[in-house]
Amino acid sequence: MARLEVDVALGRRAFELRAELALEAAETMVLIGPSGSGKSSLLRVLAGLERPQRGRIALADELWLDTGRGVFLSAERRRVGYVPQDYGLFPHLSVAANVRFAAGRSRPDLLERFGIAALARSRPGELSGGERQRVALARAIAREPRLLLLDEPFAALDAVTRIAVRDELGAALRELALPTLLVSHAFEDAALLADRVAVLDAGRLAQVAGAAELVARPATATVAALTGANVLAGTATATARGCRVLVEGGGELLSDTTAQGPVTIAIHPWELAIAETGSSTLHDRVVGVHPRDGGLLVKLERFSVQLRRDAPAAGSIVAGASVGLRVEPADVRVLH
Amino acid sequence: MLSGELVRARSHPALGRVAVAIGLALVIAVAMGFLLVPIVALVTYQPPGRLIDELGSPVTTQAIVVSLKTNAAAMLLTLALGTPLAYAIGRHRFRGRRLVITLIELPLVMPPAVAGIALLVAFGRLGLLGHVLSVLGIHIAFTPTAVVMAIVFVASPFYIRGAIGAFEAVDATLLDVAGTLGAGPLRRMLRVALPLARVGLGASAALAFARGIGEFGATILFAGSFPGTTQTLPLAVYSLFDANLDQAVAVGVLLLVIAGAILLTAKLLWSWPGSRST
Repeated sequence: MARLEVDVALGRRAFELRAELALEAAETMVLIGPSGSGKSSLLRVLAGLERPQRGRIALADELWLDTGRGVFLSAERRRVGYVPQDYGLFPHLSVAANVRFAAGRSRPDLLERFGIAALARSRPGELSGGERQRVALARAIAREPRLLLLDEPFAALDAVTRIAVRDELGAALRELALPTLLVSHAFEDAALLADRVAVLDAGRLAQVAGAAELVARPATATVAALTGANVLAGTATATARGCRVLVEGGGELLSDTTAQGPVTIAIHPWELAIAETGSSTLHDRVVGVHPRDGGLLVKLERFSVQLRRDAPAAGSIVAGASVGLRVEPADVRVLH
Repeated sequence: MLSGELVRARSHPALGRVAVAIGLALVIAVAMGFLLVPIVALVTYQPPGRLIDELGSPVTTQAIVVSLKTNAAAMLLTLALGTPLAYAIGRHRFRGRRLVITLIELPLVMPPAVAGIALLVAFGRLGLLGHVLSVLGIHIAFTPTAVVMAIVFVASPFYIRGAIGAFEAVDATLLDVAGTLGAGPLRRMLRVALPLARVGLGASAALAFARGIGEFGATILFAGSFPGTTQTLPLAVYSLFDANLDQAVAVGVLLLVIAGAILLTAKLLWSWPGSRST
């Protein structure tokens, strides 16, 4: 089956984008990373819209790029389904004509399949965000692509539509069973849609793994921050069973990981517990409390803590109060 | 004395505002009058029936035919050559791009008489290329071809400059997407860029056409003013000026109506609702 192999280097203004990836047939990989980390550029390189200085891209037996051998297939010869941010629908063409542009003939079956047959004569300007995504996807599929590239498919949507559209896209991707690379800045999208997640940071792949693995064992501070962990700097002193970390801003924590010297620590909000100030070696001040995911998210000056609604201390947490924090040494990840 | 005036002015702020308003109204009236009086004079110089009779004279009908033929040919040339040129410049960044644009704009600021002389010393019998052309049996100066060339030289920059802007305004993402959907460069231009830029192209073409219809200086120097072959409407106005002022004025009114209609078309195109993207 069609396996995608990528190894490219593209000079950018701020950094050089370098990425080495392999995508299995029918695998959905979500590419996440901070703004400006090179996610969209990587997608454009794969689509043939940018020409890297060095590299090789191969999809199964097809060679799309090999700078060493002077091979460069332009976008129109690659058979990729590329859906840019805001979907890139042709505003002067009807829905049916947009799909026909890619197929070279009418494809009422595709309009039917994506539930847009009733909109065939509409112009993109008349469609909702969700409908636009369906048209863009139908048009990309009309190209009969061997690789699907989706750039921030939910960026233009409001919070409510976003969830519905994401579920719909997830179902469509499973059905299409194409190697797919989807760019997002939200870890939540990645966790829900991806077989594997690739984290791009300043042009480099920081980690490629399943979403659960990124949460449990983030390779870098950026990965940890993207998964929603508390990330803080500190200084470690090795102990018999790991290390003791002096946290920047005051307080200390024990970790099972052996380390010495300046470190970065990552702790997920649900791994922290609010404790009596007297019994704790780490304190912080409450900024605010709001309900989230069936519990409470307590925003502190340095940390975020996710509590169950019925947690013992929940009632007494008010803005301005000083609280103690407790965490299992096994949950204090030390990143170098 | 001065402080006394200040106090008075402050105590009657409404008076000051009225004075400014009256002053402004006067300036506007004078400026508009200066622009409108000649137009009114031209249109009311003779009764409408007489005006139409004058336009029926052989000299005028010949000039109308020459103007229409040469301007149609010039417009076709301008669209056929200018559109791909504008697309190439509008969609690509290359070294010397601004220099190329400046060169295209040069005829806009060049005095038309200079353009005529330049064309003559380039393509005339004794000109830079004229010798080669006459060896090949091609004579351009003082022919309808010369009229077309003069119009293209003077008027096409209006179209090309506007068309560059119209193509620049087309969302690059759409052309990229068209590429990934299998469209080669020609199909991207014809099916995506052209339809999306059509309003800007239309308005620019209208302006170029207006400039071409009124072309005088370059034409008279490079093509002469021979009734039936190279005498366009503006040249007819000039040659009738001595012989028959009534006819000259009638042709003038005709040119005014054409110019007004074109200007209105261009303005309507620009204000077309959603013309930019949908």
